[in-house]
Amino acid sequence: MPHQSALQLVLSGDPALFAIVRLSLHVSLSAVVLAALIGIPLGAWIALTRFPGRQGVIVLLNALMGLPPVVVGLAVYLALSRSGPLGAFGLLFTPGAMIIAQTVLVTPIIAALTRQTVEDLWLEYHDELTAMNLGPIGRVVALIWDARFSLVTALLAGFGRAAAEVGAIIIVGGNIEGFTRTMTTAIALETSKGDLPLAVGLGLVLISIVIAVNALAWSVRRAGERLAG
Amino acid sequence: MNMLTRRLLIAATASLVFASGAVAQDKSQERSILVASTTSTQDSGLFGHILPMFKAKTGIDVKVVAQGTGQALDTGRRGDADVVFVHAKSVEEKFVAEGFGVKRYPVMYNDFILIGPKSDPAGIKGSKDIVAALGAIKAKGADFISRGDKSGTHQAELNLWKVAGIDIAKDKGTWYKEIGQGMGAALNTASASDAYVLADRGTWLSFRNCGDLVIAVEGDKRLFNQYGVMLVNPDKHPSVKKDLGQQFIDWLVSSEGQKAIADYKINGEQLFYPNASDSGA
Repeated sequence: MPHQSALQLVLSGDPALFAIVRLSLHVSLSAVVLAALIGIPLGAWIALTRFPGRQGVIVLLNALMGLPPVVVGLAVYLALSRSGPLGAFGLLFTPGAMIIAQTVLVTPIIAALTRQTVEDLWLEYHDELTAMNLGPIGRVVALIWDARFSLVTALLAGFGRAAAEVGAIIIVGGNIEGFTRTMTTAIALETSKGDLPLAVGLGLVLISIVIAVNALAWSVRRAGERLAG
Repeated sequence: MNMLTRRLLIAATASLVFASGAVAQDKSQERSILVASTTSTQDSGLFGHILPMFKAKTGIDVKVVAQGTGQALDTGRRGDADVVFVHAKSVEEKFVAEGFGVKRYPVMYNDFILIGPKSDPAGIKGSKDIVAALGAIKAKGADFISRGDKSGTHQAELNLWKVAGIDIAKDKGTWYKEIGQGMGAALNTASASDAYVLADRGTWLSFRNCGDLVIAVEGDKRLFNQYGVMLVNPDKHPSVKKDLGQQFIDWLVSSEGQKAIADYKINGEQLFYPNASDSGA
């Protein structure tokens, strides 16, 4: 990339930049979807079930929200390496590896926030739900449905975490040009090349994208709430 | 199991299939190899210059993971790369001797330079004697940034201290700072703290955040920096794409590849000097 500002890159519709933005969104959004499919049912289940050691599980889940990306990256690296237990899949240094690492990071965030939201709702609607005579799975589904608009915030928190992190994906993705280079790893690379203006410019592009995604989610939520009355 | 749970399960399965489909797609790009290399070859822009030529000729996509020499060799040792392209001859030979690499080919060299602040607190600017310069830095306690990351540049720096008769592990004071990061980060740190730092010329020439840094010492033969390339041993790791990897190596040491390397210039200055024909390199 010759020396030019990020603004010039955006204005000129630089295809390499758009490929990087597309990959960033693909990786982080896929991770959020997978994490939601695991984290929402898991969080709701913990909210509604009483079992020995539950308090410990909740503390652990909340603590895992602060998982250090570089540690997750290293663990996923060792697991996916050809010499590791999942080496046969050949996933290391691919976007798939990056999605896996970010899913590990985001799942506890979505699960912990879902647990809190659903548990609060459960305390509020305990009598009604008991009177409706739903089974345990029916209750989980009913409460997730009730909480759906609040859960958007949990998803956005997860997306924010995924879109912002560099520590895990730079280890498992390898920051390969045109293949596993995302916004954050590109920023790390330009910083190491001493091209600080381009790094800052890319940072501003990333922040704009995160704001745009949040604005979109917010309007979807508002529209949904209005439809739901 | 009620209807909604079933739907959730179906959605979960579908998205897993979707995710693995994306992965399978990555794999279907058969004609690509993964090269573990050093930050200096990537950050200097050399790969950006030569890889498109190789791809045009062979159709092989070369994916580069830029790491320090130590980490790049480890990536090869684990079987996560097809080819390793680094610069630290003694550890490369060990890599081959241990059976992780098939054969080491010398490819090219560039040189290290000692970078320092314009104010030159150690009084070494313009010298051609790296050993005397390091002695002066230690004697004056002038700030020095070390990569500290087992990279080729770090190994070269440790060797130079040894040649200068300084046991850096024992003699380092607060003036000697190991940052454990890549070349660019080391230059950024030196620039911000007016310190000396050993750098490869390629990264220095393409580095943009120089601040008050200038070349303090250059031209000493002991600052010679040889690059070698090796195929990861397919006997140890059957996943290695040996034919495509060997094609890349053969091209690098061919007259065509060597010319492509020599032709790479920044501001008219040649960065790497091909020397594949020098079997002792």
